[in-house]
Amino acid sequence: MAIETRPKLDAHKLRADFPIFEQQIHGKPLAYLDSAVTSQKPRQVLDAMRDFYETSYGNVHRGVYTLSERATAGFEGARAKVAAFVNAPSERELIYTRSATEAINLVAYAWGLDNLGPGDVAVVSELDHHSNFVPWQYIAGRTGASFRTIPIDDNGELVLDSLDELASSGRVKVVANNLVSNALGTINPIEQLTAWAHEQGAIMVVDAAQAAPHLALDVQALDCDFLAFSSHKMCGPSGVGALWGRRELLEKMSPFNLGGQMIHKVDLDKTTWNELPYKFEAGTPAIAEAVGFGAAVDYLNEIGLDAIEQHEHELAAYAIDKMSEIDGIRIFGPPPDRRAGIVSFDIPGIHPHDAAQILDWDGIAVRAGHHCTQPLMRRLGVAATTRASFYLYTIPEEIDRLVEGLHKVKRALG
Amino acid sequence: MNEFDQLYREVILDHYKNPRGHGVMEDADADAEGMNPLCGDEVTIYVRFGEDSDTIDEVKFSGRGCAISQAATSMLTEMVQGKKASEVAVLDKDELLDEIGIPLTPIRLKCAMLGLTTLKVALHKAKGTPLPQGLAGYDDLELS
Ligand SMILES: Cc1ncc(COP(=O)(O)O)c(C=O)c1O
Repeated sequence: MAIETRPKLDAHKLRADFPIFEQQIHGKPLAYLDSAVTSQKPRQVLDAMRDFYETSYGNVHRGVYTLSERATAGFEGARAKVAAFVNAPSERELIYTRSATEAINLVAYAWGLDNLGPGDVAVVSELDHHSNFVPWQYIAGRTGASFRTIPIDDNGELVLDSLDELASSGRVKVVANNLVSNALGTINPIEQLTAWAHEQGAIMVVDAAQAAPHLALDVQALDCDFLAFSSHKMCGPSGVGALWGRRELLEKMSPFNLGGQMIHKVDLDKTTWNELPYKFEAGTPAIAEAVGFGAAVDYLNEIGLDAIEQHEHELAAYAIDKMSEIDGIRIFGPPPDRRAGIVSFDIPGIHPHDAAQILDWDGIAVRAGHHCTQPLMRRLGVAATTRASFYLYTIPEEIDRLVEGLHKVKRALG
Repeated sequence: MNEFDQLYREVILDHYKNPRGHGVMEDADADAEGMNPLCGDEVTIYVRFGEDSDTIDEVKFSGRGCAISQAATSMLTEMVQGKKASEVAVLDKDELLDEIGIPLTPIRLKCAMLGLTTLKVALHKAKGTPLPQGLAGYDDLELS
């Protein structure tokens, strides 16, 4: 009888790939529980970048000499990897950006300014990161469109019953939502939202900044129109991210940044644009970072996104179970099977800042704050939360240390 | 002393757990709201002047935040009681820092300064004097 076994990941073993864990913080081993803000980097990525700088560095798409050719091959080879990572139909639809934030701004400006106007509605949710919230709020304001948010329930999950009301409030032209929430870890029903967006004749923009590190992405299965993500959250370097977009839309769009490389022909009175993806890549890009991004994709594929997702669900379940022992603690967000490895919580009477500071003295790094989701914090009725977030290198022992540390915080300040 | 005892020394914890001057003041002569968006600390300061319209007769504050921001604001209310508004409006921040008496990282310094900065804004607003450099541009204050 065939028993289906999921590939398991050995976090203890993987940690050896990450030089950052070789040090101590305040005399204790580093428990890095803030991977949702940015992930640590494996040697494989660091080596790929160093090797590229030492042997192949030059500007891309410029010179005829060997180095420039090598640099271009490294840069474009990484693009192919990143495009395949999200199952893009074509790598020409994969645009390098600085970050997920820039990718979303690209769509908001280059698509939004030309396609939104009075009577139109831009929809995001209460769960969205400022980087998906603010660009749409701003571009809606500039174009006279209205800006509406999908509410969440007390579990931190989208209330899809509200969609009918949103649809009746005007012509919904764009729905932009995160696939995984950075603040609560909620995995959102993007397929359903996309189907609804398309019924309204709207485009669907997916903020996958927090999803890309944690689960396998497939833009064709999601059926979305744009998808944005950042390298630094998925073991790659900071300074580079990506936008995938549907070719028909990208071709019709106006450019975003203007300058070198994005042009086809420049005359005194007129300029025409380069073909995709270069039309959206003005100026010298983050070249070695793109190569590192490609190496990060290789690294994650080697481990397997399914195994990473499974590992995170297990850690989230373990953490929620352990942390529930703490008297009075309020843990936000959905059950572990519907969340990534992110646990946001509040301990009455203890400010997240104090908790994070005291935990730091035990070498434990957690995030305290509003996590770039101020509307969500207001919805939850807190000024800030403390957040622990996990990744492929997180081990249960670190969660034990966190819980122990929180008991200590309570003893000190409670 | 370990790090914990340094930062959360007894007097800080005492002010945090039993804040002086905590509460809302109706009909205050001066008030302002301050916020530290980084960590969500919020504080509102209320001042009542004495008969000379300058001596600080009573100060209160409401809000929520971390131990450092709340304790520092509590200490501040004791420090400025009975002082002239015109002096407090230009009070050197080191005077408060000396009182707090703990080493602060740049991020925690913002927590510690929230109350004093908000108080200064309240006083300048009430007196109609221009906000000093560094505070210009703030009305209801945001430190970031
Ligand atoms: C859900 C989500 N969207 C967008 C972003 C923005 O990513 P970046 O800062 O890399 O542009 C983040 C990062 O925190 C995020 O968690």
